[in-house]
Amino acid sequence: MKKLLTKEQIAQTLDELLSKILPDIPQDGNFAVIGIRSRGEVLAKRLCKAIEAKTGRDVLGGTLDITLYRDDLNAPKGNNQPKVRATEIEFDVSDKFILLVDDVLHTGRSVRAAMDALTDLGRPKTIRLAVLVDRGHQELPIRADYVGIRTEAPAEQSIKVYLMESDGKEEVVID
Amino acid sequence: MDTTFQWRHKHLIGLAELSRQELEFILDTAKGFEEFSARSVKKAPTLRGKVVVNMFFEDSTRTRNSFTLAANRLSADVIEFTKTSSSVNKGETLIDTARNLEAMGVDIVVIRHSAGGAPKLLSRSINACVVNAGDGYHEHPTQALLDAYTIRQVRGSLDGLTVGIVGDIAHSRVARSNIYVLTKLGAKVIVVGPPTLMPGKIEQLGVRVSHNLDEVIEELDVINMLRIQFERLGGNMFPSVREYSHFFGLTVERVKRARPNILVMHPGPINRGVEIESEVADGPNSVILQQVSNGVAVRMAVLFLVNQAAALQGENKTGKSENQTN
Repeated sequence: MKKLLTKEQIAQTLDELLSKILPDIPQDGNFAVIGIRSRGEVLAKRLCKAIEAKTGRDVLGGTLDITLYRDDLNAPKGNNQPKVRATEIEFDVSDKFILLVDDVLHTGRSVRAAMDALTDLGRPKTIRLAVLVDRGHQELPIRADYVGIRTEAPAEQSIKVYLMESDGKEEVVID
Repeated sequence: MDTTFQWRHKHLIGLAELSRQELEFILDTAKGFEEFSARSVKKAPTLRGKVVVNMFFEDSTRTRNSFTLAANRLSADVIEFTKTSSSVNKGETLIDTARNLEAMGVDIVVIRHSAGGAPKLLSRSINACVVNAGDGYHEHPTQALLDAYTIRQVRGSLDGLTVGIVGDIAHSRVARSNIYVLTKLGAKVIVVGPPTLMPGKIEQLGVRVSHNLDEVIEELDVINMLRIQFERLGGNMFPSVREYSHFFGLTVERVKRARPNILVMHPGPINRGVEIESEVADGPNSVILQQVSNGVAVRMAVLFLVNQAAALQGENKTGKSENQTN
């Protein structure tokens, strides 16, 4: 197990991510930050707060549960049962600039599912993707617009993001 | 939600055989489907390419439509099996029917039958998932799950609540399934009805029995009024409908004596003025329509879970080939 980011480095990476995102935020307020359960949800909430602090404006936030849109539902591997949880988006996504947030970009399948789930809720004007870690090995033509760090980890290794709110500790490791 | 929990039942026959953890898992899963009705696209691709058959050997509007809608919202194709009016030789006909269904490549069979045990029998004879939509006087699991879900939605938890189930307990599969889920989730259950409509030894299920609604009404957090099933009651189970509603009907008067926040439930269809007064059914304590909405979410959860269990068991042949196209 190798440590990729410490607590301090996560904070710094999110700061850098924020500075890349800020210039692109539309001025008309048609903007929302949506996290993919469960680590993306935590990161989205942090980014939402940070953007509010920087811009001095309220930012819409929401959480997307993509379980029902996964493409491996009929071929589950091992004991990794998908758990359905609620999608919590209490505003209309139509015509908005949506910043989709996840912790790790890997195969791209979660993002594909998230875009399908999102477009079932309405028709966003733009969807952009922000991730903390882009580890490569995408299996679909999906790339992130805002990337915290890039890393080349062999496909058989897994990257685990632990966050205070969901895990009680804060680090990113390769395992 | 427990992240290590694994749902393993590809059939839902009854709630008697499920643990508290399993029951809670179904309700937690249903929570994820609750917001569907508010969406612009009320559909997810989850069961795309799957076939659900609604096999109803008994009349039903609510349950059948609810299952159809639940399956549709998960993008499954639904076959409606029309009721056979012939005198059904239960065992044989069912298995014959089952073989035909198998041949059509059905993935999930939702069955309602007047014979208790029919869904169980079916689940042994076919490879598809079987979901019980009510069998004889045995169980009606999805109804009880949606009842429990509705109580939990309003009160947060069932722990420590006292729930009254009033009416024809003897002929009610809704009562039986409700008793299983409510007691397992920590509620106290009082069954109320005339002695002629009370099955013997019902106390063995861990419930209290009362023959006097007025005696217990003040204790109840929830009151579930069962429908008097005129179509089932051949004999003289009570002297008259009027007398029944006098002693066991939920009147405005009785609600006034109950706790102010008592939840009034009814599995439908309502006999207005018999087991419940119109004013009560439509009143502020009534969650009857909420029950109907929640029914769809709960049934979506059940269809999703049984299909998942089947996929996990690797018996879902169509599932594998479908995955390769993704």
